[in-house]
Amino acid sequence: MIPASFDYVRVGSADEAIGLLSEHGEDAKLLAGGHSLLPLMKLRLAQPSLLVDIGPLREFSYVTDEEDYLAVGALTRHHDIAVSPLTLSSVPLLAHVAGQIGDPQVRHRGTIGGSICHGDPASDLPAVLLALGATFVARGPNGQREIDAKDFFVSFFEVALKPDELLVEIRVPRPSDARWGFEKLTKRAQDWAIVGAVAVRSASGVGVGLINMGPVPLRSGAVEAAVLSGANAAEAAQFAAEGTEPSADFNGSVAYRQHVARVLVRRALEKAGV
Amino acid sequence: MSILGNRVLRREDPKFLTVGGTYVDDLALPGSVHVTFVRSSMAHARIVSVDSTNVQAMPGVIAVYTNDDLGLAKFPTVMGMTNEAMAPSMLASGTVRYVGEPIAAIVAESREIAEDALEQVVVEYDPLNVVIDPVRARTDEDLLFPDAGTNTSFSLDFGGDETLFDDCDVVVELELVNQRVAPCPLEVRSAAAHMSEDGRLEFNSSTQAPHGVRDALATFLGLEPDQVHVVTPDVGGGFGAKAAVYPEDIVVGWCALKLGRSVRWTETRSESMLGLGHGRAQVQHVRIGGTREGVVQAYRIEVLQDSGAYAGFGTVLPFMTRVMTSGPYKIPKAECASVSVVTNSTPTTAYRGAGRPEATAAIERIMDVFAREIEMDPAELRRRNLIGKDDFPYTTPVETLYDVGDYHRALDLALEVAGYDELRAEQARRRAAGDVRQLGIGLSCYVEITNGLPDGEFGAVEVRPDGKVIVRTGTSPHGQGHVTAWSMLVAEQLGVAIEDIEVVHGDTDIVPRGAGTMGSRSLQIGGAAVNQAAVDVVEKAKDLAAGLLEADREDIVLNKAKGNFHVVGTPAVSRSWAELAAAAAKDGNPLFAEVDLASPGPTFPFGTHISVVEVDTETGKVNLLRHIAVDDAGRIISPLLAEGQVHGGIAQGVAQALLEEVVYDLEGNPLTSTLADYSFISAAELPSYETRFTETPTPVNALGAKGIGESGTIGSTPAVHNAVCDAVAHLGVRHIDMPTTPIRVWNAINDAATGDGSAKGGR
Repeated sequence: MIPASFDYVRVGSADEAIGLLSEHGEDAKLLAGGHSLLPLMKLRLAQPSLLVDIGPLREFSYVTDEEDYLAVGALTRHHDIAVSPLTLSSVPLLAHVAGQIGDPQVRHRGTIGGSICHGDPASDLPAVLLALGATFVARGPNGQREIDAKDFFVSFFEVALKPDELLVEIRVPRPSDARWGFEKLTKRAQDWAIVGAVAVRSASGVGVGLINMGPVPLRSGAVEAAVLSGANAAEAAQFAAEGTEPSADFNGSVAYRQHVARVLVRRALEKAGV
Repeated sequence: MSILGNRVLRREDPKFLTVGGTYVDDLALPGSVHVTFVRSSMAHARIVSVDSTNVQAMPGVIAVYTNDDLGLAKFPTVMGMTNEAMAPSMLASGTVRYVGEPIAAIVAESREIAEDALEQVVVEYDPLNVVIDPVRARTDEDLLFPDAGTNTSFSLDFGGDETLFDDCDVVVELELVNQRVAPCPLEVRSAAAHMSEDGRLEFNSSTQAPHGVRDALATFLGLEPDQVHVVTPDVGGGFGAKAAVYPEDIVVGWCALKLGRSVRWTETRSESMLGLGHGRAQVQHVRIGGTREGVVQAYRIEVLQDSGAYAGFGTVLPFMTRVMTSGPYKIPKAECASVSVVTNSTPTTAYRGAGRPEATAAIERIMDVFAREIEMDPAELRRRNLIGKDDFPYTTPVETLYDVGDYHRALDLALEVAGYDELRAEQARRRAAGDVRQLGIGLSCYVEITNGLPDGEFGAVEVRPDGKVIVRTGTSPHGQGHVTAWSMLVAEQLGVAIEDIEVVHGDTDIVPRGAGTMGSRSLQIGGAAVNQAAVDVVEKAKDLAAGLLEADREDIVLNKAKGNFHVVGTPAVSRSWAELAAAAAKDGNPLFAEVDLASPGPTFPFGTHISVVEVDTETGKVNLLRHIAVDDAGRIISPLLAEGQVHGGIAQGVAQALLEEVVYDLEGNPLTSTLADYSFISAAELPSYETRFTETPTPVNALGAKGIGESGTIGSTPAVHNAVCDAVAHLGVRHIDMPTTPIRVWNAINDAATGDGSAKGGR
């Protein structure tokens, strides 16, 4: 529970952070809320030689209404998203999910950008942002680029950011007529989901996301296709395990997780009005 | 008016709620060096070599010690009952037997250096076959201690009557697991030691028993007890697991002696999950028989106790299980047999209830199975078999003498508070409708033993010339609230304000003797000792007052409302406590009394808990809706503290039923060594409790009080467990082992649906 030694820089600007990342490459790690990275460092599972603390960059903590989307700064804390009037009115699903992450301490420290960049398939936000069809904005030495959420989660704890890139904003579409459902099975309120499911239904389509059902957060194309072809919630949910590769541990076998995925997808779809 | 029985606020809390407590790790110990332990990464292996060459050269590393360097004796057997060959040495000697076992101690100038050094020690292992399942351990196929020739560390066999069930119309049996759990005090183990200028060992310890630590240090290190001074600052919980002395404690003391420096050690949470003793860990085979009319005639429990890697206190837990074999029921024939075995896992120890919750869990679970077999309501079955209030004192078939009780009253009150009939009606409605969320109602009638060990306790009361009262106690609170309760007892006897009372504990120089705090003993023996000392001080004060007031001693009365003494009938002329203490001091005799109270014997708290759960039959997730607790701990001195004990006990009891389990893989690797993996319960999983007390004073001690520290845990676990099984019983599920996690509950439902009637919901 004592990390290995490391250097620490508290940066004053995004450019400074990007510069340090360019200079140190894989040896440097960005520190935002610290709720994923610090436990790994304390267990010495992660031993970065440089911590680049981007906490002071409060300019990346915001929720604003843009023309086509809700913009969320990467350093916005879960709690702030959960209680933001803008999130509550235009993407209430996001507010609801942010308000259920971990426990109050986690929600007051953890950031949306940190959660996404960590790429944990058991985290709630990545699957929800997949289902919402969000876009992520990354900034590097040569400027900004947009990455579609569906291209972001590459493999187990690996995302599409380059070593010298910083996630700065999350853009969330906000169809005005969306209905949604979010279901997660946990042993304790603060736990990562054993399995979670999210469904968003609007005139512009349907999005179904799965939490902890494979090495990366998933979007369930099979369920979405079934819904679009007219299946009801129960019928569509039968496809929920398709293409999933959940791990087995003492909280659930593969078969159990796939069963629960079908149950939770059905419930989420029902809440979303499918 | 008496202060006893009033909701006096905890005197301890202002500090904890403002500046916070001072724990061992908070102590400023300038110049101290840090100890950290190299721990085994293998569950069972011969140690080929421990190479610390790299470490010795690291700047800031002072020393690395292995067991051979220490030259200390092994731990003794527990109460002379355990297998001597299975006692642990201080550090692993030749063989490691569980993941987390200390192999070497590193002393360094800072904690960070010590932790870095830890990674540089290279231990070469030669793996041995791992035994993690106690059932397999019992076969002796692979031995942890080849010299012992067996894995059995302790056994009890009382009875073995083959005709036990001959007269029974109905006999049911059940094998159940009372799973291994981790006590998880919020403060982990911690110790600090240095030599004083006069050559004594000064030792700070996070313990439940400072005098036990003193004596153990003295014995192992070859010192006289008065050469060791143990102080416990605030202690952040123990739950039984800090009643024992650990090898690390002794090594810290040894290092201070060896190096002549201030030495400190605080384990990490991950170490604590492996190093602090685990609790429970029994496999039970139970059998019950009786008539179709619900008269229980015979009961037998066979316990297989997992001792963990060495024969420590956990080995003898079945002794306490046996004492409580037949629970609150009038069963003509009852037997208990047990075998304890060593396995390649963390040694087990006392944990809140220590052997008694296991007894209650077994009989309460099979009472439900029996009720279902004869199609009788489980509350009615219990009512028909509870020991009647006129049957006390009552001697059970295993020769346990219960003091006093009114078990039916507790049951009836719990049923009334729960609205039992309405709950059953709602359950029937949901069953008929085939709801996804089914309702389960679980009962647990319990009786347990408190102050079950023979130790007496020290208490002293001194009134100072400034009117302040100093109370000293041999009990060692670590969250219980003794300062408040002992103040109430003394205030009651002396007629002084509790603000004028100071309670001193946890310092072996100031408190000469003490057995400490465990086994729900403190109020009835430690509190009673303080109470007796207060009574004695009043008597001494009357002698003094008689002299000062020039009156007959028999005419002196204590006015408790004013805290002064006067001659009966003339209250205008009085002497205050301060005046009497000053007069006593002038004579060279402080106004003081001390008592070594011998134990008057155990008492038997009892009660009924009812739990209401909702089970999501599609996922197996259990939601605890209500928990009703009716507890009878005799006379309640401090209702606030008693309620607090019940609340905390229920939380831990619910946690065992629903969530907590220490899990190892087959190679003995712990899978639950962080609080992310180990499902320590939080407030979010718990409803507001509905608690009630009935008060049936015990004749055993002067206070009429029984222990309340463990009842909540003992009563709650089976109620919740029974509720979960009840929720899905109509689906064909007979039993689900604890913890009733979603996967287990769902497996049980699924197995029942697919026709496997013996389904138990394993993973």
